[in-house]
Amino acid sequence: MDNINIEGSAKTPTVEFDSATGKLMIKGRSIPENSIEFYKPLIDWIDNYGKLPKQNTLVSIQLEYFNTSSSKCILDVFKKLEAIRTSGNEVSVDWHYEEDDEDMLEAGEDYQAIINIPFKMIEVEEIV
Amino acid sequence: MLSFKGDFTSELLSSILNIIENKMEHMENDQRVRKRVFSILLECLQNLYHHNETISANSDNSMRSEDKTGIVMIAKNITGYSVFTGNLMMNESVEQLKDKLEDINAMGKDELKELYKNILNNGERSVKGGGGLGMIDIARRSGQKLDYGFIPFDDNHSFFSLNVNIS
Repeated sequence: MDNINIEGSAKTPTVEFDSATGKLMIKGRSIPENSIEFYKPLIDWIDNYGKLPKQNTLVSIQLEYFNTSSSKCILDVFKKLEAIRTSGNEVSVDWHYEEDDEDMLEAGEDYQAIINIPFKMIEVEEIV
Repeated sequence: MLSFKGDFTSELLSSILNIIENKMEHMENDQRVRKRVFSILLECLQNLYHHNETISANSDNSMRSEDKTGIVMIAKNITGYSVFTGNLMMNESVEQLKDKLEDINAMGKDELKELYKNILNNGERSVKGGGGLGMIDIARRSGQKLDYGFIPFDDNHSFFSLNVNIS
């Protein structure tokens, strides 16, 4: 299947999903007024990928900011990935946050508490 | 630092966020505070974008189309920063919002975290996408009680104001 390659903008993140390696990256800022519109293609794509997923799917979240409108969409992404894990594949999330950004760390922990996927919290100096 | 009154378009939101981010870069050393101000401003502006009411045609004839305005003011004071926003809303929605804000203000940090997770996971999604998480997010990040008010405007509308302090 095709890969996803969405270039980031001032209000939307860079999204890359390589179906050959099973690596998904969401990076940058997710602050659009209408996030449902932005995330729908990605969620549909994961649905498709889930029919024949890789043994290992590694998700890398590197967000500097996200709004509450995006937070539900990000949860939808995680729920799709959780379903892939439930069907017997490995899925893990690397949740990055900038040093001292307790709010972003806590946001990751909120998802970790809701979603049945192993999370690794990774502190980085700066999300570029 | 900045104030604006008028129609809040997507482009305007981008401009205001851009200006404040640049200003904060120069005037605030603490990155945590910079991020908090930005995140709170972001949610407040998106509230204005999604919820601002237009004065309907059947209200008092003296109302003109330019009355479709919201207001934002970002200021630095002795204790930190303040993000003030105001907009018109339908009277029939006032009670619901007031109840919600009272509930939020009655909660501590951990309760707000639980409420946030609960609505995130189980709550109905609103048309705007957030499903009512905005005010909880603002309260969590600010760490202070939300300071709000409702002023009757005409038979159908009230002016809602919200002042968020960040220190």
